[in-house]
Amino acid sequence: MSQAPHKMAQMPSKPPFWRDPDKRAMLFQALALGFVLYLGYSLVSNTMANLERQNIQTGFNFLSVSTGFSIAESIIFYDEDSSYLDAFFVGLGNTIYVSIIGIVLATVIGFLMGVARLSNNFLLSRLAAVYVDTLRNLPLLLQIFFWYFAVLRPLPKPRNAVEFGESVFLSNRGLVGPKPIWEDGAALIGWALVAAILAAIGIGRWAKQRQAATGQTFPIWRTALALVVLLPLAAAVITGFPVSLEVPELKGFNFRGGMTLTPEFAALVLALSTYTAAFIAEIVRSGIMAINKGQTEAAYALGLQPGITMRLVIIPQALRVIIPPLTSQYLNLTKNSSLAAAIAYPDLVAVFAGTALNQTGQAVEIMSMTLAVYLFLSLAISAFMNWYNARMALVER
Amino acid sequence: MKLIKTTAIAIATAATASAALAGPVMDKIISQGHVQCGVSQGLPGFSNPDANGDWSGIDVDLCRGVAAAILGDADAVKYSPLSAKERFTALQSGEIDVLSRNTTWTATRDTALGLNFAGVMFYDGQGFMVRKDLGVDSALELDGASVCTNQGTTTELNMADFFRANGMSYEPVVFEKADEVVAAYDAGRCDVYTTDTSGLAAQRTKLADPGAHKVLPEVISKEPLGPVVAHGDDQLLDAVKWTIYAMLEAEEMGLTSKNIKNKAAVDTNPAVQRFVGNEGSLGEGLGLSADWAYNIVSQVGNYAELYEKNITPIELPRGVNSLWTQGGLMYAMPLR
Repeated sequence: MSQAPHKMAQMPSKPPFWRDPDKRAMLFQALALGFVLYLGYSLVSNTMANLERQNIQTGFNFLSVSTGFSIAESIIFYDEDSSYLDAFFVGLGNTIYVSIIGIVLATVIGFLMGVARLSNNFLLSRLAAVYVDTLRNLPLLLQIFFWYFAVLRPLPKPRNAVEFGESVFLSNRGLVGPKPIWEDGAALIGWALVAAILAAIGIGRWAKQRQAATGQTFPIWRTALALVVLLPLAAAVITGFPVSLEVPELKGFNFRGGMTLTPEFAALVLALSTYTAAFIAEIVRSGIMAINKGQTEAAYALGLQPGITMRLVIIPQALRVIIPPLTSQYLNLTKNSSLAAAIAYPDLVAVFAGTALNQTGQAVEIMSMTLAVYLFLSLAISAFMNWYNARMALVER
Repeated sequence: MKLIKTTAIAIATAATASAALAGPVMDKIISQGHVQCGVSQGLPGFSNPDANGDWSGIDVDLCRGVAAAILGDADAVKYSPLSAKERFTALQSGEIDVLSRNTTWTATRDTALGLNFAGVMFYDGQGFMVRKDLGVDSALELDGASVCTNQGTTTELNMADFFRANGMSYEPVVFEKADEVVAAYDAGRCDVYTTDTSGLAAQRTKLADPGAHKVLPEVISKEPLGPVVAHGDDQLLDAVKWTIYAMLEAEEMGLTSKNIKNKAAVDTNPAVQRFVGNEGSLGEGLGLSADWAYNIVSQVGNYAELYEKNITPIELPRGVNSLWTQGGLMYAMPLR
């Protein structure tokens, strides 16, 4: 007899494909993907059909039209003749500006509060605890209103403004101070500053290498400070001080000229940074607590002082624990800055997704641009913090 | 299995979502049994909630009039309080059926935004309010002033035009909600508060010391305020439009919420008989019941009644909002 039929019988018969877990999984994946694509398609086509039905114009042509409205503060040039695209960049610039200043302040306050909460000084640690528990448990919008009206109410009218040295004025229109006007040759001072900073970084690296090699220390900070102050000053002397100050003057209702720190900006930065700082304080505290007490004791046993122990032993290790949640807080602060519209600070949401949206009615286009911006900002912050985290990660030798 | 279930539910949701957007708004109003009306977040005289959450105001009464005309019941209205910024999107997306929120009729809004204005409930104009102790008597003296206003309004553009045309500089302080504008102006953040004169009169009542402020004489724009519907439902547009005309026509004919029942029974004037639906077929043409206009006047009132009830308390004289027979702009197209 031939062996063949016997062999066939021994081989397991091929199961139908719906019994094969791998193929079944593939099938469901394909179904799910198809469904998601269908949902996306129907969302887009539905929107287009509805816009079409109501005769609503679509497209991004409106971006080149001039706006006709004015914006209170801007870090780039803008007037009523500027286009909606310019208004977009004004809002974007203000959002980034307020976020960066907020992040820096929140980090500083947060670290101070976090360390203070671990202090052996009873009063200090209790104060920090009260700060954290109060600020992080109140809604941010309320805090923004609180700071805005708390800042605004007690301040005098411009006519009765509080004066500091006849050039800085504080009133309910903001803090107005002299503005430097750069004249010809001022660029040299800028270049001198850049050169000084680069030199300071170079010296810092060299000093670190030398210390690693020979153990000799070098007064880096004093040298750097001297460089950064003296080099631009020397440049200014050489070019004959090409700077004049535009001192604000009270004309009519308001101060003209100079630089203004508006109550809206001040309130927003204050609220965002103190609120986020409360969370950062807890993150810092948890980061420090995560380091084994043995590390401190070992450092003390080596004769290191408490300050140096903190700076060179504890903090570098704590940072590994601190950075990932810190990233979330930075993202939160950036996104929370969109509450600015409530107190008239012209951020992206107020200017573009607010005024511009209402003047043009291009809701779909404007909202997608605004969403894309926040997504981009958040991803950029994440990317930076991930890079920093990788640098700070434990290097195993 | 769970995946299949979720998928089925999602498909069903998507299907209903597209179906809801396809039909005309009028059918939706009748099938849901109420008019979803977009109103302001609180503007005395126009649309303002009281302590119990009951809305009142002339814009609210327009909504009630539309409900009385379409559904025969003035109370069949649900209100969506909207900020100036949200209002058009809410109407375009079908979240609300009618927008009756002191909204200025402009060409862009009537065309490019995909909306239709049904008429004018109130002729207004933009004005300025300042503190009396500022010593300003004219808007032309406002060079360099800080100006508080609302986001997403025609006010923002008019203000820019006015200051530019007169070669004056200003600092715009633009808030999302009207309440914050008033609070900031009251706190002294701005020298000037600008919005429609009716809005100034209404918001003035919310200030700490209303007597310390005055409205400047200049009116810098035309602000015809009226109800809006979305493109795509001509029948609803007609119903809202003729609701306004019915209110005006009733005033002209002397029909009030008090006397209309009696007049419908005894008055032999054919115009009155047509109005109340005893003669002719006005309702049929509109796709409404024969007594649509009777319902509006008996349940809500004529225009004069609405004005007296809502606008007179905020101390705005009738002015251009009088009937054309008394030298005003209010003119109803003939109901025949």
